Amino acid sequence: MNSEQNGTVLTAPLREFGRAGLFLLTAFSRMRFGRRQLAEALRQVYFAGVRSLVIIVISGFFVGLVLTLQTYDTLTRFGAADAVSTVLALSLFRELGPVLAALLFAGRAGTSITAEIGLMKATEQLDALDLMAIDPMERIIQPRLLAGAIALPCLVLIFNLTALVGGIFFAVFLMGSDPITFWANMQSSVELLRDFGGGMLKAVCFGFVAAWLAVWFGWSARPTSEGVALATTQTVIATAIAVLVLDFILSAFML
Amino acid sequence: MKSSHQIELTAGVFLLLAVAALIFLALHATDRGVVSGESYELQAGFSNVGGLKPRATVSMGGVAIGMVEAIDLDPETFEAKVTMRISSEYDNLPEDTSASILTSGILGDQYIGLEPGGSPEVLADGDRILITSSAMVLEQLIGRYMFNSDSEGEE
Repeated sequence: MNSEQNGTVLTAPLREFGRAGLFLLTAFSRMRFGRRQLAEALRQVYFAGVRSLVIIVISGFFVGLVLTLQTYDTLTRFGAADAVSTVLALSLFRELGPVLAALLFAGRAGTSITAEIGLMKATEQLDALDLMAIDPMERIIQPRLLAGAIALPCLVLIFNLTALVGGIFFAVFLMGSDPITFWANMQSSVELLRDFGGGMLKAVCFGFVAAWLAVWFGWSARPTSEGVALATTQTVIATAIAVLVLDFILSAFML
Repeated sequence: MKSSHQIELTAGVFLLLAVAALIFLALHATDRGVVSGESYELQAGFSNVGGLKPRATVSMGGVAIGMVEAIDLDPETFEAKVTMRISSEYDNLPEDTSASILTSGILGDQYIGLEPGGSPEVLADGDRILITSSAMVLEQLIGRYMFNSDSEGEE
């Protein structure tokens, strides 16, 4: 490809971003919420959500475990071991839950969406849909966008729950903290809307962005095996950066 | 490859699991947490509550027996009016029980410590604890200390 077509090093990513935005607008403009579309979205929730469950549950448990281990060790030096549940719940609900689950989601579900769509393109299935007068935007893209925005918040909830279980396992069963104090301290310092609700809002945004980038890189992949491989790599990179940047912006707005 | 029916069923179970996690987390890990069991209400006036917050623990002899439900300012006496919810298990607190605002640890939150009196009469729902001592305010303590050391120097 020549440089005239792709622009300079600086403008090429901007153009790519613009094309991705236009692609999203097109997808939105052709959105339909019929019974059939929702059923297909539910099927995609299975592929994106249920298939990511194992990695989410195992990572969640160990994140909770190690987070409690580290904070417990530090807080006992100040005689404030009781605050361990507060630290655990606040850091999980506000930051770690949505961000870590989104990164894992990008690695597990995002890549598989990109590879799937890229492969459809390589094997000319998308063109075949067009020929049959079936809109690939409506049939392929829309259910996956919806599924991302539904599946990731669900995964974040399950991640948070298993991380709490990990934290309780360490603090209560291994270190012998009082479970009533553990819950009472958590309840007294975690606000439902501000902390928990804010985190869930982040999860919806991250899920949507992760799904958007995954379908976009699949859609724009070069229809060769090499192009599909490159697109999956780009999905992970772009989603990780987008999630962390978006996390900063959303956190700044919510504080 | 699983059948379409199986996939939809699993996806449904997954969504249900997430809703269950949502309800559990919202009800048990946040400030909307449900206080289990029967409880009754007590009130106490303090001239200064310091950093006491709603949902802080109310304890007697180091055992948590309830929590602070609300803190507001009495418009007539300009005292802080603290409403506490005490578990019905402890409905035999003597009438001359005293309440003080204490701090747990260095970084710890403030809580209300109850000290039992000796009266045969017991506190009932909606009663007011009359003997209270306010939170220690660090600035006042420092001020008092400096004032005392000054006057000692003069003597």
